[in-house]
Amino acid sequence: MSQYETVIGLEVHVELATKTKIFCSCPTDFGSAPNTNVCPVCLAMPGTLPVLNKKAVEYAIKAALALNCPIPSYAKFDRKNYFYPDLPKAYQISQYDLPLAVNGYLEIECDGVKRRIGINRVHLEEDAGKLVHSEFGDYSLADYNRGGVPLIEIVTEPDLRSPVEAKAFLEKLKSIMLYTGVSDVKMEEGSLRCDANISLRPAGADYFGVRTEIKNMNSFRAVQRGLEYEEQRHLEILSAGGELVQETRRWDEDKGVTYAMRSKEEAEDYRYFPDPDLVPVIVDEAWVEEIRKSLPEMPEERRQRYMAEWGLSSYDAEVITASKAMADFFEAVMADYHDAKTAANWMMGEIAKHLNAAGIEINESRLTPAHLLELLKLVDEGTISGKIAKTVFAEVFASGKMPAEIVKEKGLVQITDEDAIAAIVDRVIKENPKPVTDYREGKAKALGFLVGQVMKLSRGKANPELANRLLRERLDSQQD
Amino acid sequence: MKITQEEVAHVAMLARLELSAKEKEEIAGQLNDILEYVDKLNRLDTTDVPPTMHVLPLVNVFREDEPRPCLPREEVLANAPEVEDGMFRIPPVIE
Repeated sequence: MSQYETVIGLEVHVELATKTKIFCSCPTDFGSAPNTNVCPVCLAMPGTLPVLNKKAVEYAIKAALALNCPIPSYAKFDRKNYFYPDLPKAYQISQYDLPLAVNGYLEIECDGVKRRIGINRVHLEEDAGKLVHSEFGDYSLADYNRGGVPLIEIVTEPDLRSPVEAKAFLEKLKSIMLYTGVSDVKMEEGSLRCDANISLRPAGADYFGVRTEIKNMNSFRAVQRGLEYEEQRHLEILSAGGELVQETRRWDEDKGVTYAMRSKEEAEDYRYFPDPDLVPVIVDEAWVEEIRKSLPEMPEERRQRYMAEWGLSSYDAEVITASKAMADFFEAVMADYHDAKTAANWMMGEIAKHLNAAGIEINESRLTPAHLLELLKLVDEGTISGKIAKTVFAEVFASGKMPAEIVKEKGLVQITDEDAIAAIVDRVIKENPKPVTDYREGKAKALGFLVGQVMKLSRGKANPELANRLLRERLDSQQD
Repeated sequence: MKITQEEVAHVAMLARLELSAKEKEEIAGQLNDILEYVDKLNRLDTTDVPPTMHVLPLVNVFREDEPRPCLPREEVLANAPEVEDGMFRIPPVIE
């Protein structure tokens, strides 16, 4: 790749978490029966008029502010004309030359390198309905529940330089959208969708190569894979002295390839014009400031605070603050706990592991800060060992029961009685003559095995430090 | 500005209209007459006149984000020529 430089720009659509659609009062609930969240306005019945949802405008501005965009004082809506049955009006209400926000940026970190990615614009528009195609392609079915749900389209500058960076950008964007609360960002429900433009140019060139656009990438991983595939395809064509065709290509997740989509006979011509049914939106400074005040602390600010206040490493703070739900959980624990590093290790270790395995976010699990607090205290007080704590945690995660209850039910209280452990230690020494001899002959490793046997016989309940000390004492004293 | 018959054909295609050669010629002529008339405005000096984005003397007309009842589905689908599983059945569209 040294000879060429990859240039990527993204177009991201994010569904806003308003209760109602952008131009009518139909609910935006996901998963309703087909055509039950529709009314004469979103069905484009003659004589109806759209009225703008104020919350949608506020959410869009909030998202734009979080992406460091200045907010112009004047915005308007335009009609984007096209014939496709996912929109019953035969046009989509969008924003053309005067969008809600322009010229922002988002900072990303990739392989330890910080880069600022320009945001060209953030505009507000309505989503289209959903089409289902019959198995044999002989007809289609239209469901307009999603038609009219508010979306923001975020367009980046062509500032991304690799598929990995594109993925890092999307992850950061998702985190910011979740922090601001403007969207629930569920890719599987289509509330975040991404198209990508990619081109290659000779390294250091100041012009752009021929680009292709990739659609139908349904996960962040798919965006990275789709871009990697296209990057390679461009490289092969260019290296062989060939020429690329500017076109739109569709990513096939199963086959791991892109295909050219059937190109339209004539170039797209949307004939945008101002929508006469909607009056302009004037956003004065007072309104912008009011929305700015409602912005929560952003991940970067939180990260800095965790490092300063609790002495977390930059890495730990970054991992925890990536998700607002995780960071909120962590802060709730720290309100009542002293050891940030231990709490952070639990967040990034056992908790993350179980959440990943279950494929859920922490706020969708049964886990509460009270669970983790109690567990940490049980370990700190010596009631259970760190190892047993993991077993207890698995049970907490699955059942939602309090840790102390589980410890009691299962008899997991740590054995700290010296006599009881000494009895086990004596038995282990008696039953394992070979490791005992090894240890006495200077093989320090054998001690680990013997401690392990003590833990095993006590079913994990022996206090490990105590077991270790008693073993050493006995092995060393009987050496003469 | 002069509208050619090719431009008329292009706009007709975008609007899914079928025009005969005679109609194209006629419409190109009519469009040119209209543009010529509007062109008179170019004689005015509009240097200090802000562009009109909207003709109504209104801005910021909003709705609160409060759900209201939707149309019952029987009514939604009442005029649909064909219905299947609560959806409008339409000619195949595959991108």
